[in-house]
Amino acid sequence: MASEHKFDPTNPTLKWVEDRLPLMGLIYNAIGAGFSAPRNLNYWWNFGVLAGFMLVVQIVTGIVLVMHYVPDVNLAFDSVQHIRRDVNYGWLMQAIHANGASMFFIVVYIHILRGFYFGSYKSPREVLWFLGIIIYLLMMATGFMGYVLPWGQMSFWGATVITNFFSAFDFIPFIGDGLVEWLWGGFAVDQPTLNRFFSLHYLLPFVLVGVVILHIWALHIPGSTNPLGIDANGPYDKVPFHPYYTAKDAFGLGVFVIFFAAFVFYIPDFLGHPDNYIKADRLKTPAHIVPEWYYLPFYAILRAIPDKLLGIVAMFASILIMFAMPWLDGSRIRSMRFRPLSKIFFWIFVINGLFLGYLGSISPDEILWFGFEAIVYAQISTLYYFAYFCVIMPVVSRMETTLPVPTSIAASVLEANRKG
Amino acid sequence: MTTHDDVVEERRNFLYLATGAAGAVAVGGAAWPLIDQMNPSKDVLALSSIEVDLTKIPEGTSAVFLWRKNPVFVRHRTEAEIARARADDNAPDLVDPQADEDRVQRPEWLVMSGVCTHFGCIPLDQQGDFGGWFCPCHGSHYDISGRIRRGPAPANLPVMGYEFLNDTTIKIG
Repeated sequence: MASEHKFDPTNPTLKWVEDRLPLMGLIYNAIGAGFSAPRNLNYWWNFGVLAGFMLVVQIVTGIVLVMHYVPDVNLAFDSVQHIRRDVNYGWLMQAIHANGASMFFIVVYIHILRGFYFGSYKSPREVLWFLGIIIYLLMMATGFMGYVLPWGQMSFWGATVITNFFSAFDFIPFIGDGLVEWLWGGFAVDQPTLNRFFSLHYLLPFVLVGVVILHIWALHIPGSTNPLGIDANGPYDKVPFHPYYTAKDAFGLGVFVIFFAAFVFYIPDFLGHPDNYIKADRLKTPAHIVPEWYYLPFYAILRAIPDKLLGIVAMFASILIMFAMPWLDGSRIRSMRFRPLSKIFFWIFVINGLFLGYLGSISPDEILWFGFEAIVYAQISTLYYFAYFCVIMPVVSRMETTLPVPTSIAASVLEANRKG
Repeated sequence: MTTHDDVVEERRNFLYLATGAAGAVAVGGAAWPLIDQMNPSKDVLALSSIEVDLTKIPEGTSAVFLWRKNPVFVRHRTEAEIARARADDNAPDLVDPQADEDRVQRPEWLVMSGVCTHFGCIPLDQQGDFGGWFCPCHGSHYDISGRIRRGPAPANLPVMGYEFLNDTTIKIG
């Protein structure tokens, strides 16, 4: 977005540097006063910054943990206990890193759903949206491999189950047969697997940083969308990012850090699984394997389909389908504030997603309401999940009667102010 | 008519193509070691085998052994279990039809992989609806011949190569 303010340092030293490497100008134009954003952004727009904050937290604590962690099948579990008990502030670093993964996913899920609700995926922000999905996929891979590193029972059996997903592709000529053994580096999850997961778990966050930079770059081309979903035109519709949104983000960050700290300091193991405090045992599968909470809805989709290959395909499709959203949604209006019918289906989608998460956490043959097994509910929920994208979104977005949209952001804000 | 310029153009196109092709081969050649290093290494591949003393497994019980880091089930089947397995040879719910006779060398000894063919968990002995094994991860039921009968697993528990060294010892692998 073309900036109205140009970075022009008065300090001669700064100016000397800036003339030779315009780095400060780049930052100034990216998140400083040189970047202007719509004046009506609400708190749902905080979550991108919070996600960026969490990525930094995970990288910093991760680098520290690696100074004490040992990626060896005989030592990994004990080295994590060593960090938690013996290393100075190790308890803090480990708790921040383990809970940080959950916090990262919480803010990213809200960030994604913000995009659903306010039509952030719609033209001209499609590539921005794609980069976001790629970030999310990388996060899932990184989170999974990180969970394997403590080498507890859930680490080991989670790794076994998830790497075995790829055995569903054994029908592919030449590569299909040896695919899982290639991932493992052996005939089961073992030392080579732990070693390579450690390597990739260290690498991928930096890849994430790269994609995040592309994500922000793509954001700066059209600029942020806003709760009204109409384009910001002219100076009356916008305010400089600094100090307006740096202050708003800082406040949101403060609230978020309190929430985060409550987990770290009071319930550091709440989101973990007790079985992961038992060292990995390749002869004993835990009675009830569950992934981390942030994968549960997709795990429920996987289990809802009784066929191995189709289950895997459905699980991957449930995420990849987001790539098609810019075209599935045919509405000319971005924000659901003016799309009353879409809004209802959206909230059902959110509740349905939470319900899938619950179903993923329990055994599929558990008897729920009206005497049906959990798998039956998972199948209904999975059906709604895909129907939302494949039927509801294309049809409703093209048929529904929308509400009148304000002529400009400034007009809408002034109108709201006039009413008090 | 072929002009000088045409010849130059043609020669240049050929050079582009040749350079591109050579580059693609070079990249592929450089990539292969990077990909192949992830495959099982020589020491992992080194053929390993284990010997199992069958006298320690009473009739009607199973034992689990580790072979190539994976569990192997050895079940000493009773007459009733063998009869049940054989009676089910043509059961309509066999997902991966196989006769019990083809899965054993001696009917009383069932020797097979203990890795669920769904996602690799270890099924539990003497559980499930078919008197065989039940996988707690995603609910696959195997019968007393290790054949998949119900649930998401696509195939029977595989039978690996083994031989009877004598009446009381087998060698797996």
